Amino acid sequence: MKDQHLINVTVNGAEHEVLVESRRTLADVLRHDLGYTGTHLGCEHGICGACTILVDGTPARACLMFGVQADGAEVRTVEGLADGDRLSDLQEAFSRRHGLQCGFCTPGFLMLAEAYLAENPAADKEEIRDVVSSNLCRCTGYQGIVEAITDVAAARREAS
Amino acid sequence: MSTATPERTGGVVGARVRRHEDDRLLKGLGRFADDVNRLGQVHARIVRSTLAHGEILRIDTAEARALPGVLAVITGADLGDIPPIPIRLPRGDEPDGCLQRILPDEVRYVGEPVAAVVAADPYLAEDAAELVTVEYRELPVVLDAADGPASARMQAGFGEVDAAFSAAAHVVELDLDVGRHAAVPMEPRGLVAEYDAANGRLQVWGATKVPVFNRNVLARMLGMPAEQVRLHAMDAGGGFGARGEFYPEDLLIPWLARRLRRPVKWTEDRAENLVALNHSRQQRHRIAAAFDADARLLALRDGITHDNGAYLRTHGLLVPELTIGMLPGPYRVPAYQASVEVVLTNKTPCGTYRAPGRYEGTFAREHLLDVAADRIGIDRAEIRRRNLLRPEEIPHVRPLRALGTDMVLDAGDYPALLETALARTSGWRDEVARLRNSGRKAGYGFAVFLEKSGLGPHETADVIVEPSGRIRVHSGGTSLGQGIETVLAQIAADRLGVDHEDVQVVNGDTDLQPFGLGSWASRSTVLAGNAVDLAATAVLARARSLAARMLGAPEDLLEHAAGAFAFGDRSVALGEIAAACAPGSPYLEPGTEPGLAARRVFEVDHMTYPYGVHVALVDIDPGTGHVTVPRYLVAYEIGKAINPTLVEGQLVGGVAQGLGGALYENFHYDDQGQPQAATFMDYLMPTAAEVPGLVDTIVAEDAPSPDNPLGTKGAGEGGITAAGAALANAVRDALGLGEAVGRLPLSPQWICTELG
Repeated sequence: MKDQHLINVTVNGAEHEVLVESRRTLADVLRHDLGYTGTHLGCEHGICGACTILVDGTPARACLMFGVQADGAEVRTVEGLADGDRLSDLQEAFSRRHGLQCGFCTPGFLMLAEAYLAENPAADKEEIRDVVSSNLCRCTGYQGIVEAITDVAAARREAS
Repeated sequence: MSTATPERTGGVVGARVRRHEDDRLLKGLGRFADDVNRLGQVHARIVRSTLAHGEILRIDTAEARALPGVLAVITGADLGDIPPIPIRLPRGDEPDGCLQRILPDEVRYVGEPVAAVVAADPYLAEDAAELVTVEYRELPVVLDAADGPASARMQAGFGEVDAAFSAAAHVVELDLDVGRHAAVPMEPRGLVAEYDAANGRLQVWGATKVPVFNRNVLARMLGMPAEQVRLHAMDAGGGFGARGEFYPEDLLIPWLARRLRRPVKWTEDRAENLVALNHSRQQRHRIAAAFDADARLLALRDGITHDNGAYLRTHGLLVPELTIGMLPGPYRVPAYQASVEVVLTNKTPCGTYRAPGRYEGTFAREHLLDVAADRIGIDRAEIRRRNLLRPEEIPHVRPLRALGTDMVLDAGDYPALLETALARTSGWRDEVARLRNSGRKAGYGFAVFLEKSGLGPHETADVIVEPSGRIRVHSGGTSLGQGIETVLAQIAADRLGVDHEDVQVVNGDTDLQPFGLGSWASRSTVLAGNAVDLAATAVLARARSLAARMLGAPEDLLEHAAGAFAFGDRSVALGEIAAACAPGSPYLEPGTEPGLAARRVFEVDHMTYPYGVHVALVDIDPGTGHVTVPRYLVAYEIGKAINPTLVEGQLVGGVAQGLGGALYENFHYDDQGQPQAATFMDYLMPTAAEVPGLVDTIVAEDAPSPDNPLGTKGAGEGGITAAGAALANAVRDALGLGEAVGRLPLSPQWICTELG
């Protein structure tokens, strides 16, 4: 018998009730049960960070959490970053700085940066480089990613 | 082929326009292989060999079959007589028995597919796969190419090599190893196959790189007419040579879908990916050069052992062929002799990885030049100045062949680019001196390289103007993350004089563009780009003729501007002209085809040869052997950059990958052939902490290719080609070694040993 649990999870503000097997990863729940396929799986053992999402505001590897652990949680995924068609400042900066090529790792970097800048609005380039070293990108050489996040940090500092 | 090129109108070519791919990828709306779901789909899991070499005596599938939710468990016996996977770029002299079979009786590497399981759910499929037990008779393993017999031998060369070595004032010979590393794109492979029994059509999603070739192979292996098979290229999480080639799974998943009459989905996990996707690079070079008393090259010689892993895959002998074909690089080499022995070992098979053959050969040659300069007692730049081909020697016909084409180095000023790169980095030498004065182990190194791009023989593109005024382009290219949609849109928009955002590019759909050859070998911008340009030019000519009828004016008096044709104060836009090409329109000439569209082929006989220089500044921690790369420069001559931002992105990204191969990445095995780098904990790809603090780029456009109307050369590989060489030279400089470094990657352990 499958060991199933009914969980409630809020994703990008939308409430979902979903029946999940206890061993099902949160990544699979988001991607395949709820259709948030923007969260990507690059390694499924917590190294690459492509599946980084925010769980109650904190970055988490969706591949290392079980769906049942997200019961009652507020989850944010890359689909929730843009305001309708309008990209967020981070998304805009990634495009402007050519911080993405194939785009597969991009959701993880965006969510990581989103949470980091929320907590560290005064982050400088070296701190940002240090933080994004938790995720892997095979295309960009990271330069555009670091520059994009640094730009946004500066702009948000300016605006505050 | 027409090369008549009217003036471009839009000014979009050469502009840093925003990538078309970005919006969907940034919003999480990209469509990658695992994002596809079909109604009623079931899930496959591959059972892989746990042994590096063995004969399969028995496969017990009973327990797996008995698991509720399991639909099928297949082994080689179920497949029947399916031929091995053919070579995509055959030379014609490949040895028998080297091709990869689907679910064979004898396994030759850990990770080789031996069975496949299909279940209602991917978790169940994985459970069931673990219940399949395979009984093997172990066979001896070959893990060092030096221990195995050569399966193929190739030679290249010209001139009197022995005589040159006998007459030389200086002879320098080095032994150099290049480690086994690979593309490892971030997206693991994935496929969804669906067979429609009503019309006998098979559709496959996810095989993005060379979909038309893969469609033809798949159709042949399944015994189906090619047009009954449709492959959809999609977003792909990086390719770099490896992803999208035809692998055993590319037969298994569609085969299962047809057998089960259910859509079958398979998503590779990373542990599979690291043993299943093509590896690359592993070679041993014994390279030697003969110089006269003035350090001028008299001859170059290399004896190479190429570890190809267990099989010849779709690239056949291409990597070793490119190694010996491209080894002389941008230099004046009066005599050259290279031989390569291709040895099959019990490791994951090799294919291409970004700059195949050139990363390896450039390391060997450029490291040799540094060692030679030191031994002869001249400056490391000066030895290159004396030996680089000069502009008056270009075009240079080299009596070699590469990828079946004659080698004609088409355009360039190699010494000038070297001087530019050295001048840009002259301050780095002072920085090295300062670091050394403060007790650090710092070094400066550089390397010059020749690339190749734009391999033909042809590419096809459609340009279609819709009555809405929007343009559609169907190209044979595929989007692997390089931005080819944007580049092709820019080329079409530039020719048609429309906004590039009004151009939608559909790549790699085998129904829409059945003649496409795909994206690889830095060919798409050159081949597909020029095909789009030709098709857009043809569309414009037809539009002009229609516009003349619509405006009642002579064709040659019409002005073409901003996506419209004007005569006096009246004008018609391209969309209106397209509408006037509809059946029933009074302007559609009798007997002509409706619609405003053209399909054109661009053909080339020769590749085009971009070139460049890499310069690295390294700072080594004497305690840990950690190599920091504070500064890095790539200077690259590209002929014409369609979008300079994307070219720079290719260069910077390539450097990170090249640094991985130079310092970190290594597929190592134990003495039973068990892979020891089977997770990202063991296979060390560079993170943001390891890449250079700043990669500077010089995108030169001084030497447009004479062989294509756009004058462009490929940009995909120049960022990686000389990275191993430049970093090895910089590390050797930092360590003050008299000898060669001996190998890549330059591990911290090795560096600590050298530091004493």
